[in-house]
Amino acid sequence: MPIANAVDLAPSGRGTGQGNSHPAIAVNAVTKRFRVGNDAITALEEVSLDVRRGEFVAIVGPSGCGKSTLLKILTGLFAPSAGDTRIGGTVTTGPRRDIGVVFQSPLLFPWRTVLENVMLPADVQKLNRATHLTRAKELLDLVGLTDFKDRYPKELSGGMQQRVAIARALLHQPAILLMDEPFGALDAMTRERMNVELQRLWRIHNTSILFITHSIPEAVFLASRVVVMTPRPGRVAEILDIDLPAKRPLALMNSPEFGAYVARIRSHFGSVGVID
Amino acid sequence: MSDKPPIHTNLKTLSISVLLFVLLIGLWELAVRYLQVPAFVVPAPSSMFRALYQGIASGLYVEHVGVTLIEILAGFAIGSSLGLLLGVGIATNRYLAYFLYPYVVVFQSLPKVAIAPLIVLWFGLGITSKIVAGALICFFAVMVNTIAGLRAVEQDRVDLIRSLGGSDFQVFWMLRLPSAMPFIMAGLEIALTFAMIGVIVAEFLGAERGLGMLMQSMNFSMDVAGSFSILVVLAALGLVLNRIIIFARHRLIYWEQPAGVRGSDPPETH
Repeated sequence: MPIANAVDLAPSGRGTGQGNSHPAIAVNAVTKRFRVGNDAITALEEVSLDVRRGEFVAIVGPSGCGKSTLLKILTGLFAPSAGDTRIGGTVTTGPRRDIGVVFQSPLLFPWRTVLENVMLPADVQKLNRATHLTRAKELLDLVGLTDFKDRYPKELSGGMQQRVAIARALLHQPAILLMDEPFGALDAMTRERMNVELQRLWRIHNTSILFITHSIPEAVFLASRVVVMTPRPGRVAEILDIDLPAKRPLALMNSPEFGAYVARIRSHFGSVGVID
Repeated sequence: MSDKPPIHTNLKTLSISVLLFVLLIGLWELAVRYLQVPAFVVPAPSSMFRALYQGIASGLYVEHVGVTLIEILAGFAIGSSLGLLLGVGIATNRYLAYFLYPYVVVFQSLPKVAIAPLIVLWFGLGITSKIVAGALICFFAVMVNTIAGLRAVEQDRVDLIRSLGGSDFQVFWMLRLPSAMPFIMAGLEIALTFAMIGVIVAEFLGAERGLGMLMQSMNFSMDVAGSFSILVVLAALGLVLNRIIIFARHRLIYWEQPAGVRGSDPPETH
């Protein structure tokens, strides 16, 4: 994989000339049932959605709506009971190498330095070390952690660790970035700052992102479209276009338009008796 | 754990430590002399140190320490390697776990020293029986800790490597094994003490050479000062071996130490 121009961090961005009209992510009528003892539990029912190239889509829903199950299906760790998922047009049949995942906790490896943690995908996929080392340093620069590259994770704050996790998820130039409540464990202030940073990163990167959260304002602030899911079984209640400018300052959260989107999404959960 | 600052070793604390030691030994000496404790019950420290000096100067102890040390190290090496291998096998292969674990549980509930007489019976009076006893008694600690360590890995971390297309082997090598290192090293630390117990017990039961055998023969001839001097040698031996393991642990699990104090002593000593 040529990454001579590693600074061009938009491998799957719009207009990369791949002549490929498939969406970055396509979820087609995915149903997932689990067997618990003698009972079958339906975690997801007929879930369909897609993420266009370079688009930021957020899935919002209360616990139990199958968000994390959907994420595991997208990464190929779970097989759906019915339906399929496609990344860039190819059906997922097992773990694949073109996905970056950020989990709720940073999951850094304590025995690796920050830089070595970012290098993990290159080590797992046995990619060229020299070029990816350069890329890892550029990514650390992008998330503002250049000075910490030789530190160990426990010397970093929670927000810094999660930024390392984001850099790690982008190292192998994944076609898509999946984020499973990545800022859920952070305090409110740090969380807002991380939202602003992620937005900036996405505008530079133009990566296709599927972002799972149970914070409605976070979803509205970040996404160009919000998929609203309801629980038991997990279903798509509505897919909402967020018609706000791509560059969004935090102050936008106080605007009436922003409030209207939040209220609209919240109404879904009010009707099923679930509080965020 | 309190938040009181640790006590630093300096001239003052060192002199207090030395003074306390001298005081205790002095009290012991006085007690033995003035209460007229028979020498075959508790010897005076002076006669114990005399026995120690003579034992070392004559080369007698040196020879037996050498034998015992080799037995401990060989038993420890063999037992730990087996424990590590079996632990890895049981933790990573569910068939091995299913078929072997019942034996493990039974073996766990057995006081391992109880099989020492049989081992001496089967392997004779030479060093082989001591190595086998040491290995058998210490292997278990390493195995149990290895299993616990390899299983204690967060599923999300496994998923992370899997989502990148990593293999079972990569999950093991890049994640499970390093995660288990603190457990394994704790197991090795215990195992070393166990290997020592196994070796000494086997030497008690029947040996041609070694500190345990020497102590046993001194007991028979009522040379209690000599027995005490062997205890001093054993304590010193145990201390040195334990220090080596702790040093190795600090080196191998460097990420557990806060920056700047790598290789320092654990708080409970000095």
